[in-house]
This record gives sequence, C-alpha cells and structure tokens, in this order.
Amino acid sequence: MSYSTKSPWIIHYDGSSCNGCDIEVLACLTPMYDLERFGIVNTGNPKHADILLITGSINEQNRDVVKQIYEQMPEPKVVVAIGICATSGGVFKKCYNILGGVDKVIPVDIYVPGCAARPEAIIDGVVKALRILEEKSKALHNKGGKVQ
Amino acid sequence: MGKRTIVPFGPQHPALPEPIHLDLELEDEKVIRAVPSIGYVHRGLEKLVEQNDYQIMCYVMERVCGICSFGHSWGYAAAVEGLMDIEVPERAEHLRTIFHELSRIHSHLLWLGLLADAMGFESLFMHCWRLRESILDIFEKSTGGRVILSFTKIGGQFKDIPKESLAEIVIILENMRKELLVVTNVFLDDTSVKNRMCGVGKLSKEDIMKLGAIGPTARGSGVNNDARCLDLGKYKELGFKPILETDGDCYARCKVRVREIFQSIDIIIKDVENIPEGPVNIPVKGMPPMGDFIARIEQPRGEAFYYVKGNGTKYLDRARVRTPTNANIPILVKVLQGCYLNDVTMMVMTIDPCISCTER
Repeated sequence: MSYSTKSPWIIHYDGSSCNGCDIEVLACLTPMYDLERFGIVNTGNPKHADILLITGSINEQNRDVVKQIYEQMPEPKVVVAIGICATSGGVFKKCYNILGGVDKVIPVDIYVPGCAARPEAIIDGVVKALRILEEKSKALHNKGGKVQ
Repeated sequence: MGKRTIVPFGPQHPALPEPIHLDLELEDEKVIRAVPSIGYVHRGLEKLVEQNDYQIMCYVMERVCGICSFGHSWGYAAAVEGLMDIEVPERAEHLRTIFHELSRIHSHLLWLGLLADAMGFESLFMHCWRLRESILDIFEKSTGGRVILSFTKIGGQFKDIPKESLAEIVIILENMRKELLVVTNVFLDDTSVKNRMCGVGKLSKEDIMKLGAIGPTARGSGVNNDARCLDLGKYKELGFKPILETDGDCYARCKVRVREIFQSIDIIIKDVENIPEGPVNIPVKGMPPMGDFIARIEQPRGEAFYYVKGNGTKYLDRARVRTPTNANIPILVKVLQGCYLNDVTMMVMTIDPCISCTER
C-alpha cells in the first residue's frame, strides 16, 4: 500500500494568484527540480488527483470552482495552499474582491508561505502532504471505507 | 452541416495554466464562435493605491503578474518618475534595460515551452523550461528573488550590480545561445511542429489593425507597434530594430518570439559593454504633485500602459494599468473562429495569454 501512496498525482489550480507561484509549481515538475522522477504527475482531472495545490486567494468568482474541484477529488485527499496569497490573502488582503485565504472555502492541510513560494518550499510542502495523505488513508481504512 | 453544440473550455483545464473560460460554439468539429468570460483572477489591485503610498505601491504593482514582474515595476516607476519630474541615473536606466530583456528571454522561453506542451511535445517543453532556469539563476544571484524581484524603486534601482556579475551574465548568455539554437531550431525546422503551426490561425494586417492587437501577435503579421522604439530605456542608443514577420500564422508568431530571444541576448551584451559607472538611484523627496502621467513599455506580450494621477499627498489618486493580453482578447476571439476544436489550445497559446495581467 505504501508504494502507491508515495507517488501521488497532483492537480494545480490558480485561484487569483499573480502567476509567480504558478510558474514555480510548474518549475517543480520541470528538469531543474524534477518532481516527476518520483512519479508525481500533474493531472488536469480532479478525479485522478490526490493532492490539490492551490495558488492565489479566493475571490467571488472562483469560490465555486475551487469548491467543485475539491468535491470531485476522491478520498483521501490533501490540500496544499501555496504562497502567501493562498495562506491569508497576502498583499491583496485588503482588495475589494478578495475573500481571503483558501481555507475560507475548503479545509487546508499544509500552508507554504512565500511570495513567490520557492520551489524548494513547495516540494517540502508536498512531502509533508504525503505524510498526511498516508494518515488519512489509514484512518479511512480503519473506518472500513474504500481506500482509493 | 452538423448540429450546433456548445463546449465549455476552462476555467480549470489541463491545457490552461491560468483560468479563463471560453464557450465554444461548435458545428461538427469547427468552432463557429467563441465567447470568452473572464474574472476568475480579478483582485482589484489598482484600488490598493488608496491604501499604499506611492513608493510602496511599486511592489504591489510588481505583483500584477509574476512572469513580467520586472516590467510592471519599471512601468509604474517610470510613470511616477515622470509625474514627479525625477531624472533617473544613467546606470539605473541601463540596468533596467538589461533586466527587462532578461525577463523577456525567460518569458518567451516559458511561452515556447507551453506552446510545445499544447501541441503535445513534452520533451521540448522540458528543454525550454530547463534553459529558462539559467535566467532565473541570474535573477536569484543578483536580486535574491526568482520571479518577484523587488529590484526597482522610484528613483532608480535598489542596489548596483557589480562589473564582475555583469560579465558573468554575459558568459551565461553566450553559453546559453548555443543550447538555445538547438532547441529553437526544433520549433523552426521540425516537420511535425511545422505541420501544427504553418498556415494555422492566419491573421491579416487588416485584422490586427482593426482589432488593435499588440506585441508579438501583431508583429507576426507585419505590424510594428513595438514600444521599445519609444524613449523609455536605452533601446534607441543600442540601435534597437523591431522584429517583423509577414505570414501572420502561428508559425510566424513563434518565429517572432524565437528571434526576439536572440535579439534580447544581443541587446544585453551590447548594454553591458556600454553601461556607464555612477550611482544607481537618487533620493526621492516630496510628494507626487497634482497632475497625471502616462508611461508605455514593451512587455514580453506587448505594449503595457501605465497611468498615474497625483493629488499632492503621498497617496496617488489613481494608478491604472492596461496590460497586453487585455488588448489581445478581441484577436483571440477572431482567431478562434473557424478553427478546429483540436487547435483551440494552440490558438489560445499563440497570443501568449497572461490572465492575471488581464484581470489584475
């Protein structure tokens, strides 16, 4: 079981970030940092994903989109908020269209601060997320639920 | 003639790095009409000018977009400097030109990678992004940040870049040029890549003029609207000439960007040779006076426009940005008409959309 939980598939959604964290998430998957060598694949389908990476804060229009993606993901699932905007709203906190961090809409497990969050920090966040994913999967197993 | 169907595209879609929503009206496989809707990334950044004073606003402006962040801080700083009648030291202008061109190289490489990804050429995508990392290394070594640099302030640059570091940048770029040639030749010569791009998404000169497209999208159809021909920066002194292609298809737009990468390398090398010694910033005193000022700057995606309006206090009345993708959305709708559904991702990529710029 452990080998399957340690190569999670991630889905990335850009809330309302400035793109800085987005390209750092993508940079994690490209040759310099190369997360893909661990079998971590960036998928576009929420039903395939274990870890949801969200950059940027929540606004009126993307609130439902984020909720929808989260609800479509199968259990167990982990949410990683990347960048200070996803954590609390950051520099845009006082903007009229910003509701705040991602945790206003969906439960967040790991926060990766930084503007923009560095690839090393993002990778660290994903590694921490793996542990939580495993715990959640165990808890689900004990409850007699299906382990995905 | 088939039945009409509407296919929603986005905001969360594997081909899109950023959220934009398109309603594609299809007839069989052909797109008849595309209706874009935006607003998923809107933050209301311009209104922050009421809460942050004009100097701090420079960092907020930088966060309009993480890809061309340096250009945004330069554009805003130039507008405020114009309003306050500040003469920026020569060396700072040269440094700004160098860093702006570096960010153009990194942005174009990022775009080439995403284009390769959109046409399903994964290894090419990886190679482009691998090359891009060396530019980010330069940023990190000289300013400390990889994407958000916070290097510009009103009145100049934060710190000087020593002569040795500038020489090192030149060496890195010279080495990169050889590797770049290998990668970009795949875009320009490979048959399978050419099959995807040649003759696809044709835009005539008239379309460009009528819909007001800007940047490499317009230059691919032979329309010169490169804001680097204007006064800002040191481009005139360095003998800048815009790059134009005439075919107006995806291939031409790709070619413009590939040639611009090499041109930017040449500009940087020439600039490092000509950079004068001296201070890099001057102390800024006083408040922005009543009045307004406009600065225009050529971002990697096209011309961006910055407007500031002062009222004599430390808070500006208004800071407005018109970003390049904003001006290119009409042309995107036009280019999508009549294309095949499978080409939609290519078409969206070809204008180099930056949605967080568009919506701010």
